Amino acid sequence: MTLKSVPSLATALVALTAGGAFADEIRVLNWQGYGTDIDWSLAAFAEATGHTVVHEYFNSEQEMLTKLRTNPGAYDVVMINAVFTPQAAEEGLIAPIDTSAIANYSGIPASFAEDEKLNHDGTVYGVPWTWGLTSFAINTQSFDAPPASIEALWDKSYEGRVSIRDDALEAMQIGALATGQDINNITDMEAVTAKLAALMPQLRTFWSSENDWNQYMAAGELDVATYWSGSASRSAGMGLPVAFVVPQEGAIGWLDGLSIPATSTHKEAATQFINWMIGPAFYVKWDADGAPASANAEAAAALPDEAFNKAVLGDPEVVARVHFQDAISDETRAAYLEAWQALKAAQ
Amino acid sequence: MADALHPADRARLAVFLTPAYLWLTLAVFLPLSAMLFFSFVTDMPGDVDQWFVTLSNYGEFLRNPTYASLMWKSLKLAFTVTILCILIGYPCALVLAKSVKGRTREALFLMVILPFWSNSLVRIFSWAIVLRGNGVLEKALNAVLPFEVKLKLLFTTDAVVIGLVHSYLPYVILTSYLALQAVSDDLIDAARSMGASSLTILWRILLPLSLPGLLAGAVLVFVPVVGSFMEPRILGGRMGTYYGTVIEDQFVAVYNWPLGAALSFILLAVVLVVLALASPVLRKAKT
Repeated sequence: MTLKSVPSLATALVALTAGGAFADEIRVLNWQGYGTDIDWSLAAFAEATGHTVVHEYFNSEQEMLTKLRTNPGAYDVVMINAVFTPQAAEEGLIAPIDTSAIANYSGIPASFAEDEKLNHDGTVYGVPWTWGLTSFAINTQSFDAPPASIEALWDKSYEGRVSIRDDALEAMQIGALATGQDINNITDMEAVTAKLAALMPQLRTFWSSENDWNQYMAAGELDVATYWSGSASRSAGMGLPVAFVVPQEGAIGWLDGLSIPATSTHKEAATQFINWMIGPAFYVKWDADGAPASANAEAAAALPDEAFNKAVLGDPEVVARVHFQDAISDETRAAYLEAWQALKAAQ
Repeated sequence: MADALHPADRARLAVFLTPAYLWLTLAVFLPLSAMLFFSFVTDMPGDVDQWFVTLSNYGEFLRNPTYASLMWKSLKLAFTVTILCILIGYPCALVLAKSVKGRTREALFLMVILPFWSNSLVRIFSWAIVLRGNGVLEKALNAVLPFEVKLKLLFTTDAVVIGLVHSYLPYVILTSYLALQAVSDDLIDAARSMGASSLTILWRILLPLSLPGLLAGAVLVFVPVVGSFMEPRILGGRMGTYYGTVIEDQFVAVYNWPLGAALSFILLAVVLVVLALASPVLRKAKT
C-alpha cells in the first residue's frame, strides 16, 4: 500500500512540477503565527507544487474585511472565522470553491462541511480548517479534581483569583452558559448581566492575550480563568500546571475556514494550498507545536492518541456539549458592548 | 500693530512664520479636523458605501449614563494625581532650586528627568512587577520588617495612582523649579533680615512668585491624566475602566471610530471647561 503510493505520489509531484512554468506566488491573509505561515510547511508546499507563499496579516476580523474590500486582487487565500464568512460572501468578497479539486475535503465530516455559515446559496464559500473551544482552564495545583460546572468561576473559595478576557462577546456568552441560555440567542439579558455582576468581585484582573494568561498563571496569580482550547494545550505543553475544562453547561465553539477572495488571480494555486492546509501531513506536524483542533476528521485521526486535540476534543461526549457560535449582528454586538462597559464602569 | 510694520518687515515675518503655520496645519489642524469630521458621521467613509452626517455619536454620551459616570471617575482620578504630584513635586523643586548646589543638584536633576527617558510602557510594566503580590516591593518589605506584609497593590486604584504620579511628577518638578529659580535670593535674604520665619518666606514670597510655574505643571499633569488609558489598563485590572480606556476600546477593539472621536471631543470640551473654571486663579497667578 505504502509502496504503491510512493510512485503515485512521485508521479503527482512530477505532474505538478511539470507545470513549474506556472509556479505562482500566492498571497495569504491570516493572523500572524496561525498555521499558514510556518516555514517548514511552506517549504514542503513549494517543493510539492512550485508555488511560493507570501503572507499579510490582520489584527481583527474587521481589519481583514476592510483589507479584502480595499485591496482587490491582492490576496489568494484568506482565513475567515466562520461567523464572518456569510458577510464576506454576501458582499461578494469571496468566491465559490470547487471542492472536487480539494482531495482532502472528503475527510471533513458533514457537521462542518455543511455548516450553513460556510455555505451560501448551495455553494461552498469556506473550507472548514480548524475549530476550538472557549471555556475555562484551572490551575491544577489549586484543585483536587477538575470542576464539573462552570460555577467554579463563581466559587467564593477562589475569590480574587479568577480571570476572564476583557471581551464583551465572550463575557456575555459565558454569562449565557452559566444561566442556561442559548449563547446565540440571549433572551434574558438581565439574568446574564446580574450573573456577570456577581462574577466581577471574583476577578483578579482581565487577561487580553495568551502571553498575559501564561504570565499570570506562572506567577501564581490565578486559580481559574476562561481560556481557549488551543492555547490551553500550548500552555500545558510549556509545563504550566493547567487543565482545560469543558463543563456540563457546555462550551463556546468557534470554527475557522479558508476562503478564496473573489478577485484572486491564482485560484488554482490557492485551492492547492487549502488542500495542503487541511491535510493530515501538515496537521500532525503542526499539532506537535500546538495547534487548534482540525476540522478534518482524517487529520485528527492521524494524531497520536495522547494528543490533546484527539484525547479531549476528539471525545464525542465533549463535542456534544459544544455550542457553536453563529453570526452576530452589529446591533447585538453593540448591545453586548454597552452592557459589558456598564459592568466594568460600575467597579 | 501689524499696520506699523514696514512692508519689508511684513514680508520677512511671513517668510519666517510660514513654516511654523504649515507645520501646525499639518500636525495639529488636519488630524484634529479629520477626527472632528469622523465624530459627526454614522460609519467610516471608505469602509461602507452608505454613511450619513449625524449627531447621534454625541447623543450617545447623554443617552448612556456609563460615559458620564466614567468621565466623573476620570476627573476624580486626575484631581487626585494632580494634587499628589503637587504635594510631592513642589517640595522637591524647592530643595533643588534653593537648598542644593553644584554636583548634587545635577545628580538630583538627572534622577528627576530619568523617567522621561524611558519608554512609558516599560515604566508601567516595571511598576506591575514591583507592585505584584509576592513582587519586588512585597519581598523587600518582608525582608526588612519583622511582621508579614501583604500589599495586594496591583490591580487596584492605588496602583493606577502610583503609576500615574510617577509618570507625570517630572512636569510639576520642572515647571516649579524654573519658577523658583527665577526668584532672587536677595528677596529671601531681605525677608530673613527683617525677621521672617522660613514658613513666612515660603508662604508670602516663594509660593506666590512661583505659582505660575506650579499651576502650569498642574495643568500639564491634569489634562493627560483625564484621558489616560495605558496605566489604568495595565495596573488597574478590573478597577481599571476609565473614560480613556473606553475611548481606546472604540478605536482598537470595536472599530467604532465615530463614537470614539465624539467621546474624545467631549473630553476635550470638559477639559476646556475645567480650565476655564480655573482660569481666574491662573490669571491671578500671572499678575
